[in-house]
Amino acid sequence: MHNDIVNTIHESSLLFSNYEAGSGIKKALEMGRDDILFELKASKLKGRGGAGFPTSTKWMLVAAATGADKFIICNADEGEPGTFKDRVLLMNAPFLILDGMVVGGYTVGAAHGYIYLRGEYVYMRQFLEDCLNEMREKNLLGNNICGKEGFNFDISIVMGAGAYVCGEETALIESLEGQRGEPRNRPPYPVNTGLCGAPTTVNNVETLAAVPHIILMGGEKYAERGTSASSGSKLFSISGDCEKPGVYELNWGITINELLAKVGAYNTKAVQVGGASGICIPKSKFDRKLAYEDVATGGSIMIFNESRKMLHVLKNFMEFFVEESCGQCTPCRIGNQKLLEGVEMIEKNQYTFAHINNLKELGETMKVASKCGLGQSSPNPFLSILEDFKEEIFHAKSDGVYK
Amino acid sequence: MLVLEKNNLTEEIELFASQYDFHRTALMPLLEYIQEKYHHIPDFAQQEVARVLDIHPVEVYGVISFYSFLNDQPKGRNIVRLCRTIICDMAGKCQIEQAIERELGLKFGETSKDQKITLEFTNCLGMCDQGPAMIVNDRVYTKLDPEKACAILKEIK
Ligand SMILES: Cc1cc2nc3c(=O)[nH]c(=O)nc-3n(C[C@H](O)[C@H](O)[C@H](O)COP(=O)(O)O)c2cc1C
Ligand code: SF4
Repeated sequence: MHNDIVNTIHESSLLFSNYEAGSGIKKALEMGRDDILFELKASKLKGRGGAGFPTSTKWMLVAAATGADKFIICNADEGEPGTFKDRVLLMNAPFLILDGMVVGGYTVGAAHGYIYLRGEYVYMRQFLEDCLNEMREKNLLGNNICGKEGFNFDISIVMGAGAYVCGEETALIESLEGQRGEPRNRPPYPVNTGLCGAPTTVNNVETLAAVPHIILMGGEKYAERGTSASSGSKLFSISGDCEKPGVYELNWGITINELLAKVGAYNTKAVQVGGASGICIPKSKFDRKLAYEDVATGGSIMIFNESRKMLHVLKNFMEFFVEESCGQCTPCRIGNQKLLEGVEMIEKNQYTFAHINNLKELGETMKVASKCGLGQSSPNPFLSILEDFKEEIFHAKSDGVYK
Repeated sequence: MLVLEKNNLTEEIELFASQYDFHRTALMPLLEYIQEKYHHIPDFAQQEVARVLDIHPVEVYGVISFYSFLNDQPKGRNIVRLCRTIICDMAGKCQIEQAIERELGLKFGETSKDQKITLEFTNCLGMCDQGPAMIVNDRVYTKLDPEKACAILKEIK
């Protein structure tokens, strides 16, 4: 490939370990569908895309739903700022993901799977198509897969076109249907009414990559890693002010302090966990754990050292949301603009505290009144940065430089 | 567009859509195909896509206007997208932006008069561990510095 991309994997305990392509499919086809769901349940695997919904439940719902067609979709839209682990997985362990999709198709009774690949990753497309062809040659895709009578399954790749909101599962489905990528109301959920009205499971790349390992090693063994509420390992995308940025596969439950030591981060002032829509953790709270029960995350970790201005960071995030809001609902479309204006007022020293407090209330309203996760989470950085870094932001000298 | 070109385009659209049984799910791949070939989706193509898929032309326009990688107005033959998200920003995006603007005499958001190049910003490219990053057409460049970025853009035709 003619790109100068380097995929740096610093630590890997499971996902990037040796995996024989196809072995997960073969083992799964020997098992019954119920056995697969049982192992998944025992593994306590939760969605790695951010929302953390138990994968076994999602698959069970689709398996139980009635419909002539069912679909499985691999969400490779990876648009959250600071996330790049799906890129590394797709390039370094493609068969893990594709096998996970085949197992998923078998389990829920789908005959077709889609990979929704973000437009920015178009350079991977040919590589992934080649992988799919290789699988077709080995009868890991196609009709009567591996001799399993009646199990027909194939996968196609569909490209996104530069819209962050299309990572939201119902917007993704709209996009696949050839519509504007505007999120739908939920319920109905995709597990009942998804792509073209058919029961559909949408899973993150990393979630699917865990499946073949769970099939091979057994759910209980997988659940031995991590904490009781967050089982298994997680890929973290580490970027920002540190010596060793890259992808780290770590067990859930690691504290931010431990993580910072691993990646060689010094003089750290703040860590943004979960991307732009996540929360900003100040130094005083670095003993918090990364886990669904404490600080949940899709894996984006951005590190800021003492020299960074948090207001600048916040402004960058708010510009992102203003640009990426689909504009369908008012709290998000107008709310994000107002929050950005607020940040600019602070920047120019033209704010009043009364107005800032109004904006904080607006942020709380957006969290409950927005239609989808974008508007529900976009006030997070605004609220957490203005609260935890108020000294830096509001006590700054008039030239805007914190001294 | 010349009549001959129009006829060709119509044929291409029909052939492409037939692979999808003229179902609406063909719309995005079809628009991406046209965009790649013509660097934008002209009015005529929008009308033909709508006719072939049996939907209203405004539906087609609505989809084009939603996605930032689809355009109804002509853009440069080469599209440069520089990542503006915070990590690339901290790694020196502004210096690169200014160097490129000086070197090409073109501002971000603009297309050169000879239609050779369009400069744009984009949100996170997923290269945060090796920023600053940009995409030129489909190709990704990482760990840029002002000199390297300008040299890359000098090379493109
Ligand atoms: C604005 C927004 C963007 C999202 N982007 C992504 C994404 O890029 N990749 C992803 O896997 N999930 C993304 N999600 C979460 C998906 O809606 C969905 O929960 C996920 O794909 C389910 O897969 P999982 O259960 O395996 O995590 C996004 C959600 C929202 C609200
Ligand atoms: S919250 Fe924002 S992104 Fe989501 S539907 Fe409303 S306007 Fe669109």
